[in-house]
Amino acid sequence: MSSTTTDTSSNAMPDDGVVRAADGTPLKKRLARALRREKLRSLMLIAPLLIFIVLTFIAPIADMLFRSVENNIVEDTIPLTVEALADWDPASDELPGEPVFAALHADLLIAVEERIHTRLGSRLNYESSGMSGLFRKTGRRVKRMDEGDYTAQFIEADEDWGDLETWRVIKRFSPPYTPGYFLNAVDAEQTSEGLQLKPENERIYLTLFNRTIVMSLAITVSCLLLGFPIAYLLAHLPLRTSNMLMILVLLPFWTSLLVRTSAWKVLLQQQGVINDFLVWIGLIDDTNRLVMINNQTGTIIAMTHILLPFMILPLFSVMKTIAPYYVRAAKSLGANDWTAFWRVYFPQTIPGIGAGAILVFILSIGYYITPELVGGTSGIFISNRIAYHISSSLNWGLAAALGTILLGLVLLLFYVYDKIVGIDNVKLG
Amino acid sequence: MKLKMLLLASVASVGFTGPVVSQDLEPCENCADEMTLVSWGGAYQASQVKAYSEPYAEMTGVTFVWDESSNEAVAKLRAMNEAGNVTWDLVDVVASDAIRLCDEGLARPMDVDAELADAPDGTPASDDFGDLLVSECFIPQIVYSTTAAYRADVEEWGGKEPEDICAMFDMETFPGKRSLEKRPINNMEWALLCDGVAKEDVYDVLETDEGVAQALAKLDTIKDQVVWWSAAAEPPQLLADGEVVLASSYNGRFFSAIEEQGQPFKMLWDAQVFDLDGWIIPEGLPEDRLNRVLHFVKFATDTQRLADQAKYISYGPARLSSAPLVGKHAELGIDMAPHMPTDPENAKNTFLYNYEWWADNRDDLDAKFQAWLAQ
Amino acid sequence: MAALPPYSSTAQITWYYAFRIICGLIFFFLIFPIMVIVPLSFNAENFFTFTPKMLALDPAGYSFKHYQDFFTNPDWQQALWNSVTIAPVATLLATGFGTLAAIGLSQSHVPFKSAIMAILISPMIVPLIISAAGMYFFYSRIGLQGTYWGVVMAHAALGTPFVIITVTATLVGFDRSLTRASASLGADPVRTFFKVQMPLIIPGVVSGALFAFITSFDEVVVVLFLGSASQKTLPWQMFTGLREQISPTILAVATLMVAISIVLLTALELLRRRSERLRGLSPG
Repeated sequence: MSSTTTDTSSNAMPDDGVVRAADGTPLKKRLARALRREKLRSLMLIAPLLIFIVLTFIAPIADMLFRSVENNIVEDTIPLTVEALADWDPASDELPGEPVFAALHADLLIAVEERIHTRLGSRLNYESSGMSGLFRKTGRRVKRMDEGDYTAQFIEADEDWGDLETWRVIKRFSPPYTPGYFLNAVDAEQTSEGLQLKPENERIYLTLFNRTIVMSLAITVSCLLLGFPIAYLLAHLPLRTSNMLMILVLLPFWTSLLVRTSAWKVLLQQQGVINDFLVWIGLIDDTNRLVMINNQTGTIIAMTHILLPFMILPLFSVMKTIAPYYVRAAKSLGANDWTAFWRVYFPQTIPGIGAGAILVFILSIGYYITPELVGGTSGIFISNRIAYHISSSLNWGLAAALGTILLGLVLLLFYVYDKIVGIDNVKLG
Repeated sequence: MKLKMLLLASVASVGFTGPVVSQDLEPCENCADEMTLVSWGGAYQASQVKAYSEPYAEMTGVTFVWDESSNEAVAKLRAMNEAGNVTWDLVDVVASDAIRLCDEGLARPMDVDAELADAPDGTPASDDFGDLLVSECFIPQIVYSTTAAYRADVEEWGGKEPEDICAMFDMETFPGKRSLEKRPINNMEWALLCDGVAKEDVYDVLETDEGVAQALAKLDTIKDQVVWWSAAAEPPQLLADGEVVLASSYNGRFFSAIEEQGQPFKMLWDAQVFDLDGWIIPEGLPEDRLNRVLHFVKFATDTQRLADQAKYISYGPARLSSAPLVGKHAELGIDMAPHMPTDPENAKNTFLYNYEWWADNRDDLDAKFQAWLAQ
Repeated sequence: MAALPPYSSTAQITWYYAFRIICGLIFFFLIFPIMVIVPLSFNAENFFTFTPKMLALDPAGYSFKHYQDFFTNPDWQQALWNSVTIAPVATLLATGFGTLAAIGLSQSHVPFKSAIMAILISPMIVPLIISAAGMYFFYSRIGLQGTYWGVVMAHAALGTPFVIITVTATLVGFDRSLTRASASLGADPVRTFFKVQMPLIIPGVVSGALFAFITSFDEVVVVLFLGSASQKTLPWQMFTGLREQISPTILAVATLMVAISIVLLTALELLRRRSERLRGLSPG
């Protein structure tokens, strides 16, 4: 509610040039107070949801960002060793001294008792292979070690303790925060020689980010190719007919994602409806059925179908606003159908194309369910990898780092979307 | 080797069905009356419901909630542990996961003789389970094997049928898609065996980078023909739908597809890998729930109950004393013995899975295998 | 795209029909996958494809057995029950908070409006897998992972942006002189709200609620991570079913869900028309 009604008729007040309200307070003050009250009231209305979203949604995202750099485990599991290692120079050619090994012995005794040393092993294994086995093996031996000359006893338990690289890794990952997960997420590693990419056969994530982006682009382009004619048709048909046909677009939009994914599974399988049909009409041989599922083809087809309405709807709303007389004017000036369309009509649809394309692209790079069900191993996205690290490999730090990168990408795209379309113009249905 | 001998001995005496002795349960004091059990779903979980939880519920009135999350058990237990809020009471996991959970302090160590029932003849539980107690937190239930099966009606094979596991890698004689588990365990061993590595050298070879490369190179030859599975129920389904012609899975899954659903598959027992499956109790349960779980576990892993489970699924009971009680399939009435992985006819060529080696090397090989898969 | 003018050239006529055929094919692509599961769900066999008997329209090829399985199988019934108990509560939370906030946001002077808007809309923008990952980590820390309220709160958070957008949309065209008129006639703000504003924004609130409901009802990624067995919802059961044992019961469930979508779609369309009529935006 705006309070811009100025009370100029009140003239029973002292004439000092200040416009006053009915009770004599200066109008400016009253207005300011009203404005403040209004601001307060609107904030009061927003506050419950804001607090709710911050607690249930923003905090989890922040927690994820935190996890992607958090590395307390080393300091928590072997605190004495970390302390003793502080004086050791990783660039030197000498192993850490006996006090460090003694500290490690003391730390491991407690860690083995609490059964947490294997977690540390798994953690360090992300950075350097072999660490997990090293900690397990040593864990089994540590209780039987005698007092004195721990250096020799550790090296006897596993010769890796005599390797400088082992200690460099422990030293490098002693601090409570680490860029390690982010480096892993882009297939890089920190070695004694500095930052470098991992050996080619161990690279996963660059390939996967690349594939996610390329496939999302393919999906976006196919959505555009299929969505443009439909939006055009709907925008140029009489209202009654277009409303009818719009149902055909909205029904898939409203149908559960899993229903549509199951449908594609039914259709695309080798013994599925499409293959059966093609065999039946004799187009393909029964033994040469098309492989359309558990690969990239499956993911692209199913996701194009699922995201197509997100392309059609913004395109449609833009095309609706394009006045027909531009094209008519072009034609009357001698343009043929194609030129009129391409030079006059099409440029006006660019905002719709931009909006639809960015929307589809944003939605598709974060997709999980459909690639998981129809993508096999070649048709999966970075999201599937994040899920894998959360529930199978238990490398939560890496999952968080991958998630953070993906989130950054989406927010960047969304920023572009906001510049082109504006958040407020998001329309539903 | 003792494990295998023990199993073979146990199965030899299958066929005699002992009388079902109805026993009185000890009363359970200060016990919760609801339990959340975690298992694998499908036919396996159904056999547990019939053999363990239904009889127990009948006697005690306890209600059971089943969660089919054994696949993600390690991850979820870790999350619960971090929150200090463990919602599961008893979790069915394979032995390697049990070792890992125990190592990480997420599972509760058992005092086997005090907390589990003796055999009917008084043999203490620790002797009755014997070598199968591979971790102090692990209560074994069954012996299963990861093995392969194939469709018996593939025309392109021209009447030939796979005889050994290397058929999996023989695209010329046996064309068609295959299905393998989406993890290195078993696949790496099979690849090396079929690449000419002797059985006893497999783990030594796999310990080196060259060995890993060799196994992956062998897998590379079929990579584009493999549909990777992560739930054991997938491969029988893929075979049934004709999506693949050869697949690996657990022998019990194939058993129910072949015998219960009449699917045209045949088992390929060659180089089957024995493994164990059993319960672990999560660390950190409140007292009343822990009491209930211990009470249930004592009942559910006694000699009779383990034998009962074998009526519903073709896995061998983990107790030596259960073996004589295993009889016929509860519904089909067929003898279960020829379908057990341990049957001498099936166990001609088996592969022994090295738990300790995998516990030490799993993180490394998982990472390499996943990187290979993604390329 | 009105009817073809009489002076069209052959090329134009050809294109006119070719274009319609192309559009027809695309519509077919959109709708066929959804429609194909309907007959398949009545398959008498446990197959995922048409049997010869079905193609011959032999009544013996069809049966209700997959529906029977859905209604008698305790797993599916439990999943249905969980969905039915989670979605409405999440909807209620989302709609309540969302409507208040939308009214607050539509006031003329809101400090930090765009920042607040960005935060409130964010659950809709952030990819679900990231929301699920973050919530899984965070809810694990505070003990909400695997609980009913954890899932409900997560779903409510995911549903609120839709409520905000729909309610804000009805408020955009809101004529402020109406509230002033009401006030000048002696109504207090509360009375004004219920008598004047409320009837106008109700269509927005209801369609926002429908969106929030469908968000929760269809949601699978977050519940997959956050939930435990006692929160297994219908989409979750479908997901495991699709990944593991593909039983045609899924098709029966899918058909029922398509029916639900049609009902919801109709409800929304009626609401939209009503809202536009009330606000005088369109002739109806």
